[in-house]
Amino acid sequence: MHQLKVNGELKTVDVDENMPLLWALRDELGITGPKFGCGKSLCGACTVYLNGNPVKSCVLPVGNIQGDIETIENPNRSEVFQVVQKKWIEHQVAQCGYCQPGQILSAASLLSNNQNPSDEQIDTAMQGNICRCGTYPRIKKALKDAASSLQSSKIKKDDVGE
Amino acid sequence: MANIKKIARRSFVIGSVSAAGGVAVGYWAYQKPHDNPLLREIEPGSISTSPYIMINADGITVVTPRAEMGQGVHTTLAAMVAEELEVELDQIRVVHGPASKAYFNDAILEEALPFKSYDYSSLAESARASIRVVGKFLGLQMTGGSSSIHDGFDKMRLAGASVKQMLVKAAANKWNVPVDEISVSKGVVSHFKSKSSARYQGLVEELRDIEMPQNVKLKEPQDWKVLGKSQKRVDMEDKCLGKPVYSLDVRLPNMLFGTVKMNPYLGAKGYKSANLEGAKESKGIVKILDLSKKGFAVLASNSWYAFEASKKISVDWVKPSYPMDNEQHIQSVSRVPKQKDSCNRDDGSAGSVLSSMSTTYKSQYRVPYLAHATLEPMNATVVYSDAGVEIWAGNQAPTVLLNLVHGLTGISTSKIKVHTTMMGGGFGRRAELDFVMYAVEAAMQMKGTPIQLTWTREEDMTHDFYRPIAGAFLEAGIDGEHIKALKADLLAPSVLDGQMSRMGMPSGGPDATIVQAVWDSPYEFDNFQVNGYKVQSSLPVSSWRSVGASQNAFFFESFMDELSYKVSMDPVDFRMKYLKDEPSRLVLQKVAEISGWKNPPEAGVFRGVAFCLSFGVPVAQVVTIIMTKEGIKIKDVHAVVDVGIALDPSNIEAQVESGIIFGLTAAMMGEITVKDGKVEQNNFDSYPMLRFQQSPNIVIEILSNQPKIRGIGEPGLPPIAPALSNAIFSATKKRVRQLPLQNHVNFLNTRV
Repeated sequence: MHQLKVNGELKTVDVDENMPLLWALRDELGITGPKFGCGKSLCGACTVYLNGNPVKSCVLPVGNIQGDIETIENPNRSEVFQVVQKKWIEHQVAQCGYCQPGQILSAASLLSNNQNPSDEQIDTAMQGNICRCGTYPRIKKALKDAASSLQSSKIKKDDVGE
Repeated sequence: MANIKKIARRSFVIGSVSAAGGVAVGYWAYQKPHDNPLLREIEPGSISTSPYIMINADGITVVTPRAEMGQGVHTTLAAMVAEELEVELDQIRVVHGPASKAYFNDAILEEALPFKSYDYSSLAESARASIRVVGKFLGLQMTGGSSSIHDGFDKMRLAGASVKQMLVKAAANKWNVPVDEISVSKGVVSHFKSKSSARYQGLVEELRDIEMPQNVKLKEPQDWKVLGKSQKRVDMEDKCLGKPVYSLDVRLPNMLFGTVKMNPYLGAKGYKSANLEGAKESKGIVKILDLSKKGFAVLASNSWYAFEASKKISVDWVKPSYPMDNEQHIQSVSRVPKQKDSCNRDDGSAGSVLSSMSTTYKSQYRVPYLAHATLEPMNATVVYSDAGVEIWAGNQAPTVLLNLVHGLTGISTSKIKVHTTMMGGGFGRRAELDFVMYAVEAAMQMKGTPIQLTWTREEDMTHDFYRPIAGAFLEAGIDGEHIKALKADLLAPSVLDGQMSRMGMPSGGPDATIVQAVWDSPYEFDNFQVNGYKVQSSLPVSSWRSVGASQNAFFFESFMDELSYKVSMDPVDFRMKYLKDEPSRLVLQKVAEISGWKNPPEAGVFRGVAFCLSFGVPVAQVVTIIMTKEGIKIKDVHAVVDVGIALDPSNIEAQVESGIIFGLTAAMMGEITVKDGKVEQNNFDSYPMLRFQQSPNIVIEILSNQPKIRGIGEPGLPPIAPALSNAIFSATKKRVRQLPLQNHVNFLNTRV
């Protein structure tokens, strides 16, 4: 038996300790936002947060997990996360959409730590997520727009002394 | 079935204009509409006036006849209805239809006709009209060939317009006012004088008494409010919120998860012996099923348990009929066979002109097999019970699936229910239905239990129906600066033969996909011959985004580039000299303009150009590269396309970007090889994909000069490989005649 804290809720799964987190989430808990793409940490479709950091859940054994897991389904996702999703929709990023939960998590993680990323920093943050439909140009636009929108809302907050 | 086969034989084998034979037989059937499948399960309070629309108290549902695999087809088809129905796109729900002949695609067969897409002669037009009759008769509900837009353009608008007309009539009757005093806007019918108004869904009962109108007038494009403008995709929000929209996300009570382990010698039947012992004892395993000796389905309580167990199955498989060694596959496209498959283009007398010349210029090209590698691996969910068969699968061909399942199970098609889900990529792979049929076969052995079979990436990549390996022999006769004669011999295994036989239809006729985008090229030479040759023994092959154009544009446009240097002409000017179709010329001119082609690039920066007309869409691209010490960086791609009428510019741009990036992956790094009879590459390490940091800046312009409306899922792809290779030649003076390019040059940051 393994206890997992997923999206703020405590869950118990009775599975082999070597089972990758992805399959505990998808097939045991019905949390299907993280996608299966490669099973070898090559494509990023399975990206989730572990203690706030993006990890490839397809190679992370359930037995090794300590801490909070967050997926795209998290109802209490951060403001940054929601801004990224909003910009993704505004810029009409998704095509088949299968990689997008992973893309969005990688982008939101970058912007949580750095709201003014350079092109190189964006490249580094996004290089682990394959998009077979080729939405990279729109991902870039949406990500940069999310960054500037976060910066301006930060400036506004600073102005009113929040 | 016999009749359909007979008609299919006459109509599909379209080396000559034989379509008319099929038409005569099928014409009576064309007059008769297919039954509206929505009426089968319609609930009280709902009304459906055509297979495409249903209205009830909850609102308006548009059923799209084509499958959404990322190309945005749900949105554009729904927008066609919305435009005529006078509703906003966000006022309607858009769903995939059930499997039904009513959702026939009658435009998809046009591509197979022996007429160039820009040939608008009455002979060509009447052949197109005829083949559409055949298409309707066959009732093929198929997504492919970039045909959805011109297939749906009239159907969907007429569906919307006729309901709108009926709603107006219904309101007029209800309020007892003249029809011409009624106005409609945003899903509301109003009568100003009597201050009456009603939402569409409030008129369902009144609508029942209204007859389908005989004459419907469609709006003129200048009056469009939805079409012609960039739309918000109807599936965007769900996809960005991570909603469970794919077949892999289907969860049913008591469902078992599983995977397949199929013969890695593709197409070979059976195995000699198999050891399942270790797998059976593996944790979480419920059952291992034999799939008619083609392989095994492993069922478990969790997909991962099934993956782990399937690794423990050891099998002595029957060997394949194709060569075991990659070199032999290469050889098969490296010499011209004796027997010609097609000669669809023979202007002048290229053969005799070339043989009369003392020297000619020759080049030989080759491309490898390619996998589709949709990011969502093949999977399907099936429950087989006394009630029938219910299937959840992202697929491009629901009615074909219906027939195959009927053939396998003997169950009447009325008891087979296909739920076409959103697809995590299709690119042609999901027009093949092997992955669904394995799940059906497994479900038959597990009566009453829903099963979901998910392929591992390894299984997916090694059991594809690949883009064919292909070769080309090109020869030009040059007289001073002038290309006097040009001959293209194009070799590939037949995509069409395999597809037809897997659908249970006759095959063996000439395959126009082997010569696609060359025989029907808008270039004109005094003497121009295009020959197709079928390679007999290969891996299983099928449609891969842009089909034959994917290799032929590389062959032909690289050779055109070679010729331009040979005669010392600018590559754009050289192409313009031989390009005769006006919309094609304008596309090439425009790309030269927006890429700054005439201005010499700065030091270390180089450009290449290519043009290809495929699926009726002329596309020109210029690739700009930077030569760095570490390798080649692809800086910009400029692309100009002409789809006739641009219904949704934002989505057209997205599709062209998508085609470019998909094509770059193939051109730079795509290569499937055979070793000891098995496909060698099995995941994204050995079969890499273009990644974010390698993705170039892309600039797109859409023109509207050609007279017909066209789809854009595929045409953006073909020119990218030659444009890039031509840029590399410009930089290095090295002509690469085999893909992938990374076998010959270094790209910046290609490897993960």
